[in-house]
Amino acid sequence: MNTPSPEKKRSAPNSASRRRFLVDTARTAGSIVLFSLGVGLYSRQSASTPAQALRPPGALDEDKFLGACVRCGLCVRDCPFDTLDLAKLGDPVTTGTPYFIARDVPCEMCDDIPCVKACPTGALDHSLENIDDARMGLAVLIDEENCLNFQGLRCDVCYRVCPAIDKAITLELESNMRSGKHAVFIPTVHSDHCTGCGKCERACVLEEAAIKILPIQLAKGELGHHYRWGWKEKDKAGSSLVTPDVQHRYNLPQGQRYDYDGKGLIFDENNGSSSETPFDSNPLNTLKRGMEQDQ
Amino acid sequence: MKRLHNPGADAIKTKGWLRANKWLLARRFTQLSILLLFLLGPWFGIWLIKGNLNSSLILNVLPLTDPFVLLQSLISGHIPEATAITGAIIVLVFYMLVGGRVYCSWVCPVNMITDAAHWLRERLGISGASRLSRNTRYWLLGAVLVLALSTGSIAWETVNPVSMVHRGLIFGMGLAWVVIVAVFMFDFLVSRRGWCSHLCPVGAFYSALGTHSLVRVRADARDQCDDCMDCFIVCPEQQVIRPALKGADKGIGPVITSANCTNCGRCIDVCAKDVFHFGNRFNNQSYNNPVHEHTHERNKEHTNHSTGAEVL
Ligand code: SF4
Ligand code: SF4
Ligand code: SF4
Ligand code: SF4
Repeated sequence: MNTPSPEKKRSAPNSASRRRFLVDTARTAGSIVLFSLGVGLYSRQSASTPAQALRPPGALDEDKFLGACVRCGLCVRDCPFDTLDLAKLGDPVTTGTPYFIARDVPCEMCDDIPCVKACPTGALDHSLENIDDARMGLAVLIDEENCLNFQGLRCDVCYRVCPAIDKAITLELESNMRSGKHAVFIPTVHSDHCTGCGKCERACVLEEAAIKILPIQLAKGELGHHYRWGWKEKDKAGSSLVTPDVQHRYNLPQGQRYDYDGKGLIFDENNGSSSETPFDSNPLNTLKRGMEQDQ
Repeated sequence: MKRLHNPGADAIKTKGWLRANKWLLARRFTQLSILLLFLLGPWFGIWLIKGNLNSSLILNVLPLTDPFVLLQSLISGHIPEATAITGAIIVLVFYMLVGGRVYCSWVCPVNMITDAAHWLRERLGISGASRLSRNTRYWLLGAVLVLALSTGSIAWETVNPVSMVHRGLIFGMGLAWVVIVAVFMFDFLVSRRGWCSHLCPVGAFYSALGTHSLVRVRADARDQCDDCMDCFIVCPEQQVIRPALKGADKGIGPVITSANCTNCGRCIDVCAKDVFHFGNRFNNQSYNNPVHEHTHERNKEHTNHSTGAEVL
């Protein structure tokens, strides 16, 4: 079928085969470049994970995680609560990587963290030894309009189910402006203790949870890097950090002083008579003072 | 290529059906057993082995990790935990000894798909050459590694049919069946032995691993060869046979040394003359047998013929 044809033998075989070699090489190289671009772009695209999909405890930052996780599913297997799932092709999470949806099955925060121990690569960071240090996401009470507590009812369910109750989530009293005489108990999440386990989102009694776990980078703002809270800095330093105020001097009329320790304006007793003031008792004379000179 | 006759028919006649399919049966048995071992957990709750081919844990003690995926992870900039490294070294050493592409013919789940596609293609006598070079896979291998470096992630895993099929079977298919169909159709209609023998970078990586492997197929009885061509027809990497089988007068030894040989043993099966057998790579001298004028000419014919086959 592909036996060398007679013409080929006659036309200088070397240059022909060289040309063919070059064309083939160029074609292969071109296809490979296309392939790489395609896969590269696709992998970028598929790396955009939806906000509901949370990574297991200890997962490295997303960009590092995608280089570290070998998509083996050992973490999934060792989770006793079937919290984790490996993303299938077609799921909105990078194929083969582990995730969980808090509203379906939250993380139970196992003390021995079997999912992390099972990970052979360290994509789930083995330095995570206390599950309370996990940061799978951050709970955000996202819908104040529908949260029952915000309306003054005492639902409190998210607060009660939290494994770190009174640390990760507290109820803050405020006055109920609607009734004018009751209190509302605002469920308030504190990022220094919330692990993002998702038990609150799972438990929220609404049709659609009012409290949701978001990936940290979505849930948290970030201060300008030059920004400092004055009061915190002052506490840290033990005193004000700006140059202490030069004591302000009032240019008071003779016979008057200002007391900086709280007494305020003082009329000295001995020269306290009103005749000592530079002003005439008749205010009109004071007004006319300059004019007299002109005349 | 039109099927002139049923390859292996002679072997069945002389050796009996069982012996003429011995290695094929052993291979299918191994492939299915390995798959079943992985499925015992999710299907029956018997956890002899957890994970998938990318990384697994046997009996909760022995870790195995695919060195190719771990290499990509390394290149992407991650330093893995010791478990994964240990697992990769075990796998690495194993395949360096038994032949890298033993992974392809004895373990990889895609092999059953592409073999099925090939079988159907031959059955229906579909020919048509696609001008894919067998070296394309090495280019792809390079591209996969460059991608890991440039994206900082294991980008290949987002499209890799090998792990997708295996993971799909064990953890749930999702749309991965599309990939199965695509690979099947490609090998069935587009390119003869297109995926495994021309494109797959996983196979290319394992073939690079097996360059010096101990276990090799040998054609020690090559002077018995009656040029029936059956081995060429069944071999997924036809180009590897010729030097060992026909190289006697050029001083080439009888060992199939090419790392692309998948050690599938199909050539051993279909040879009615028992030319091939599994052996080691040593003692690879050519005993320059006196060559008859007759066989010499026939060799030439085959040279032409098999260069043709190589393009396919
Ligand atoms: S901490 Fe426990 S419940 Fe949470 S993901 Fe890990 S294994 Fe599952
Ligand atoms: S165990 Fe680690 S490497 Fe395996 S899927 Fe889970 S996170 Fe990825
Ligand atoms: S996610 Fe909810 S339940 Fe879990 S720690 Fe945070 S506030 Fe508590
Ligand atoms: S070449 Fe690739 S797909 Fe084919 S058997 Fe080998 S690893 Fe599997």
